[in-house]
This record gives sequence, structure tokens and C-alpha cells, in this order.
Amino acid sequence: MADLVITGGRVLDATGERTADVLIRGGHVVEVGEDLRGDETLDATGCLVTPGLVDVHVHLREPGMEEAETVETGARAAALGGYTAIVAMPNTTPPLDDPAVVASVLAAGEHACCQVASSGCITKGRLGRELAPMGELHRLGVRIFTDDGDCVADAGVMRRALEYSRALPGAVISQHAEDPALVNGGAMHEGEWSSRLGIPGRPAAAEEVIVARDVILVALTGAHVHFQHVSTAGAVELVRAAKARGLNVTAEAAPHHFTLTDACCASFDPVFKVNPPLRAEADLAAIKAGLADGTIDVIATDHAPHPTEAKERPFEEAPSGMLGLETALALVWDELVLPGVLGPTQAFAALSWKGAAIAGLAHHGGPIAPDTPANLCVFDPEHRWEVDAARLASKARNTPFAGRLLTGKVRHTILRGEPVVRDMEAQR
Amino acid sequence: MKHLLSIADLDRAGIEELLDLSASFREVTQRDIPKVPALRGKVVVSLFYEDSTRTRISFETAAKRLSCDVMGFSVSSSSVKKGESLRDTVQTIEAMGIDAVVMRHSAAGAPNRVATWIDASVINAGDGCHEHPTQALLDLLTLRRHLGSSLDGARIAIVGDILHSRVARSDALAFAALGADVTLVAPPTLLPSSLAGWPVSVSHDLDELIPDLDVIYLLRIQRERQNEALFPSLREYTARYGLTVERAGRLRKDALVMHPGPMNRGVEIAAEVAEGPASVITEQVTNGVAVRMAVLYRLLGSGASVGAPPLPSASGRSERPSGEGATIG
Repeated sequence: MADLVITGGRVLDATGERTADVLIRGGHVVEVGEDLRGDETLDATGCLVTPGLVDVHVHLREPGMEEAETVETGARAAALGGYTAIVAMPNTTPPLDDPAVVASVLAAGEHACCQVASSGCITKGRLGRELAPMGELHRLGVRIFTDDGDCVADAGVMRRALEYSRALPGAVISQHAEDPALVNGGAMHEGEWSSRLGIPGRPAAAEEVIVARDVILVALTGAHVHFQHVSTAGAVELVRAAKARGLNVTAEAAPHHFTLTDACCASFDPVFKVNPPLRAEADLAAIKAGLADGTIDVIATDHAPHPTEAKERPFEEAPSGMLGLETALALVWDELVLPGVLGPTQAFAALSWKGAAIAGLAHHGGPIAPDTPANLCVFDPEHRWEVDAARLASKARNTPFAGRLLTGKVRHTILRGEPVVRDMEAQR
Repeated sequence: MKHLLSIADLDRAGIEELLDLSASFREVTQRDIPKVPALRGKVVVSLFYEDSTRTRISFETAAKRLSCDVMGFSVSSSSVKKGESLRDTVQTIEAMGIDAVVMRHSAAGAPNRVATWIDASVINAGDGCHEHPTQALLDLLTLRRHLGSSLDGARIAIVGDILHSRVARSDALAFAALGADVTLVAPPTLLPSSLAGWPVSVSHDLDELIPDLDVIYLLRIQRERQNEALFPSLREYTARYGLTVERAGRLRKDALVMHPGPMNRGVEIAAEVAEGPASVITEQVTNGVAVRMAVLYRLLGSGASVGAPPLPSASGRSERPSGEGATIG
């Protein structure tokens, strides 16, 4: 295999930042240093060369909703966004509660532009009653267990899932924290805007009640709970307090939860409908503060494709979810790094190596050093671009950021030594 | 003005223009032949995704009195039953050549979405728990006929299930826009979680307010709500918030009693009160036709300013009405 060298960039990983070339051979980084030569060169002048991004929360819709996304198209969108590993969520049809279904997703991902890991359900059918075969799924490599889309609402079932997971090394119980009884059919954040628009609300309390309860269950069981898409100031504070007690909890936040508010819903356009919902200004500030002080460990997209016709229904009737993979890094750069909320290293920690650690993806997240797998992102932090929904690689078009001008774009993505994205174009 | 989606889209002047025009059309509706050719050749579709008797008939009557062609669209017998999307349905209807859609839907904002998909005018005839702007306009027309053209300082209580009421949202905005002092009265479970930005005050105690009110506006209580833990029973609701005969006796002599219908007699309003001298509930219905004629005319008419509308006469020539009660057509 030919030598590939990435030249002229600033190498940034968990160990620090330095100007260096990166020489890649046989799928691995072999040397990081000055004036390296290879058979093939990727220009990284003016760019950051970082470990590939890792998204612990992605909906690839396969099997069952291939009209919205497939493993192949979702992985391509991910690669264009700088990701080298993503974790597929289990709310497919059938759901990922069965080894054969999980194996089919992993097989579909083998030749994709991005490594595709699979989550597994906590409960059979994501119904919240009986445990899914977590041990069998774990043997296939599943580390993140979740009923995402739905909350494990029954405290007794959650307790047993947490206890059971302790026998499975690296297992994480990943909770979509929204109490269905308090959500009660709500379609947007309950507050000033839901009251005015007459759209049934999902209160912040629905999220916070479950976070508080699950923190107590972590204290009881010692298992690892990961809180998905934390969206409220109260939930951030609960996670912060749990971490201060030394409890085994981690948390993620989605870019839309620190960039968009519930006021967007005034257009009644369901492109702004997502669960948990877009919140109020004070919640956005709390999410940013939680990312800045490490209360929130990772940024995950909750990339949720839906066919256009599904989003052309009235707000209350349309499905929830929005695209995220191709815009996440630029939004982090624009809204968090440039305003000084996060330093560049903090931002990439939240986008890459912290997620790799939670998901048990040892080949991702760096550091960029000799004899490590060459899964890398080359990011041009000055490239200005406008989000054009029609040009996204995802099959779906439901981005709430259409028309937005962003600063920063992924120039190259290297997966196992292969440039799967080169000069902002997917190579396969 | 292209659409009427929300009272929030109108300012005081815009509301008053529509009310002045409504007053002129009210005179038309009182004639022996209550019909003018103002919108001859215009096609109006009533698209009701939710059951309605009075609003649908009121709109269709208004459109016919303006000589529109009116087409009804019944969801139960249409391709909606076959799974056709809202967008496909309205674009199909528009392709037949129409000028306005009068739309009711169980989801908030459905008319707002439709307005982005088609060129015809969209009139919101009630969307989920959001708004019902023509109800608010007919309520204002009714109030103006009794209280005079300004509502400045009028004390109005809106009582009942504010949380789920599109009438309450439109009325609160409309009454306040014309200067009224609006109080929402309900148990806390039937109020929205936030009233930030609403031009209203709130009370949970109807008895305290009753003697000072100029107007009490009662909302329909849906029987299903007692099964959602929103209040214990209809009996308790009536005891605390119903306009009983006893409570109505403590209203001022000239106070008005209003209700958008349909009423639950014996729940939010006693039958004797609904029939009593203070009630203007039937007049509200009458005024509904005039208000909807004004809205249709405003949206589909020749485009002239509503301030001095050149209403076409029966012979097709234009005349300028000289104000309320002027001869039209």
C-alpha cells in the first residue's frame, strides 16, 4: 500500500497541538514529524489534523426506513462531517434487540465510509418491559444499550438493566431521559412559546425527573448511565451534582440544543421538531456552561433523517428529529469555539476522544502517534459555506440549518488510512 | 393582507378596519335579499379536517351572500382517508382554480403551513389549540355593538379551559388590542404553563371578580378533561367556575354574558343564564356571518383599503358606503 502523507497542518489531539506532517502506511500512522514524504500527499495547510470524530448517537434508519437513510448514506454524511465512527441507534424496524438484526447493520457498515458500530436495545421491542439479550448483543461488540426514542420509564426495569449491565465489560446504559407521563403527547418545549402557539408542551421537568431518578439508581447499582441529548438547565445541574459525588454518569448534548431555541417553532415548520425539544435561551446557556466545565462529556448529533413528506405534515403530527452529521463540527466551531466557550482541544475532545471512550471504540479518538490506526479528520477552520439541504449526502433533507452561513468545513477524512473524503468530496 | 391566520398578525387599526367593514355587511345580512355580487366568480373551498357545525355553515353562508362559489371538502369522504398528505390535498384543490381556503384542522399551525404551499388565500377557521381569529372578530363586533367602538378599560373575564382553547388565545389578543382589561379565570390545570407575553391577568377565583365585570366570556368544558386529572369532576368545576343562576345574579345589571358555543348547559353556564337578558350568545352567531363576509371581502375583494371599501353594487358598479348602516349594493 502506498504511503500517504498529510502535510502542513496543525496536529491536535488529547496530548496537545503541534505543527507536523503525518505519514500513514498500511492503515496506520507511522510517523508524525517535519518534512515527511509519501507517494501521495494530502494538503492540510491552514487546517487542523485531528483524530476522526466519533458520534455516539446517530439514526441510520436501516432496517425499515431506508427511504430516509441507509447505513451507506448515513456513513457517507458522517465522513463528510469528519466522523470516522458512529453508533447506530436501535429504533429501527425491526429494532436492534436481536443479534441477527445487529449483525445485519454491522455487515452493512463494513464497506461504508465510516466505521459503523451498533447500539442494542435495553428492552425487547423497546417496550420497556423485558430485558433484550444484552449479553448476546455484547458478544457482537455492542457497548451502548439504549431504547432511544423512548425512555426506560419503569424504574424497576431500569434498575434491573443497570444491575445486569455490570456483568458486561464496557457496557453503558444510555437513557433517552423523558418521562412519558409528563411528556403526555407534547410536541415542543413547554413554555412561553408552546403556550402562545397552542402546541402541547413537553416540560423540562419530564427530562429532569428521569435524570434525577437515574442518578439515584446509579448510586444504587454502580452501573454506568449515559444521558443522551441533555437539553435543560436543570438536567445539566443534576448531572453536575452526580459527577461531584463521583457517580458513574456521562452525558451528551446535541448541536441543535446549543444553537436553536423553541422560538423557531413559531413557523410551525416541523423541521424544528425534535425530542427532547428545542428549549429556551437559559437552557442553551446552561448547555454551553455544561460543555465548558466538562459536566457534559460529548457532543452527539442525534442525526435523525425523515423523508420530506413526513415533515410536510402539521407540526403536531410530524415525526421528531433533524439531520446533524454534516453540520455538527461547523456549528461547534461557530457557536462554541470562535466565541470562546470551548478551546479547540476541548471541542475535539467532546467531538472525538471522549465519545470513543464511552463507546469503547479503541481505534478512534487518537492520539495521533506512530502505530495507531489512521482514523483522522482534517478540518479547515476558515472555510465559509452555506448549508444547502439539497446538497447534503444524507438521503433526507430535514436540516434546521438550511441557508445558514457557517465557518469551518472538513477538508479530508481518513478512515483506516484511506482518504474517504478528499477536498470536501466523498470518494465512495 | 393575503391570509388570516392569527389575530397576532393584526394591529388595532387592522382589527378596527375589519370591524367597520363587518358592520356594513351586517346591514346587508338584515335585508330581505341578503346577497351582494361583491365576489361573483370567486371560488372558496371549505376544508374542514375537524367537525364543525356553526363555523362551517357561517363561512359558507358568508361566502354565498357575497356570491362566491363555495365548495365543501369533507375529510371523511375524501382521499385524505386514503392517506393523502395535507400538502398534496391542498395543492390538488388549488390546481382546480380556487381563490381561498377556509380551513379547520386539529393541529396548531396547519393553516400556517398550507399558506406556505399554495397561492390562494388561507383563512384559519380554527387550528388545534392555537387560534380562531374569526371567532375573536365576531366577538369584538358583538362587544362593540353593546359597549361602543372602543373597549378601553372594559373588564372582561374569559373563564374555562384556556389551555386547550383556540378561542381564548384569539380573544385574549383581540380584546386586549382594543383596550380591554382581560382576566383569564381557570383552575391552574387549565391554564397554559406560561403566560409570558400575554396581555392579560390571571385569577383562580371567579367569585371575587364577578361584581366588577363588564363581560363574562365562558368557554366550553370538554367532558373528557375530567378523565385527564385536570379537574376532579364537572360538578366541582361548575361549583367553582360555572356561571350558575346564583353567580349570574351578582353580575352588574348591564354586564354581558358570552359563549362561543356549543354550550354544555348546566356545566359552564346555567340554561337560564344562557337564555337570560344578559346573554348575547345568539347575536354572536348572527355577527359571525357579517364578520366572515368582511374577511372574505378583505382578502378576495378588489384589493382596496378597507377604510373606505368600494363595495360593488348589485349592478356591478361601485359605491362608497358612508359608514355603518350605509347602503350597500
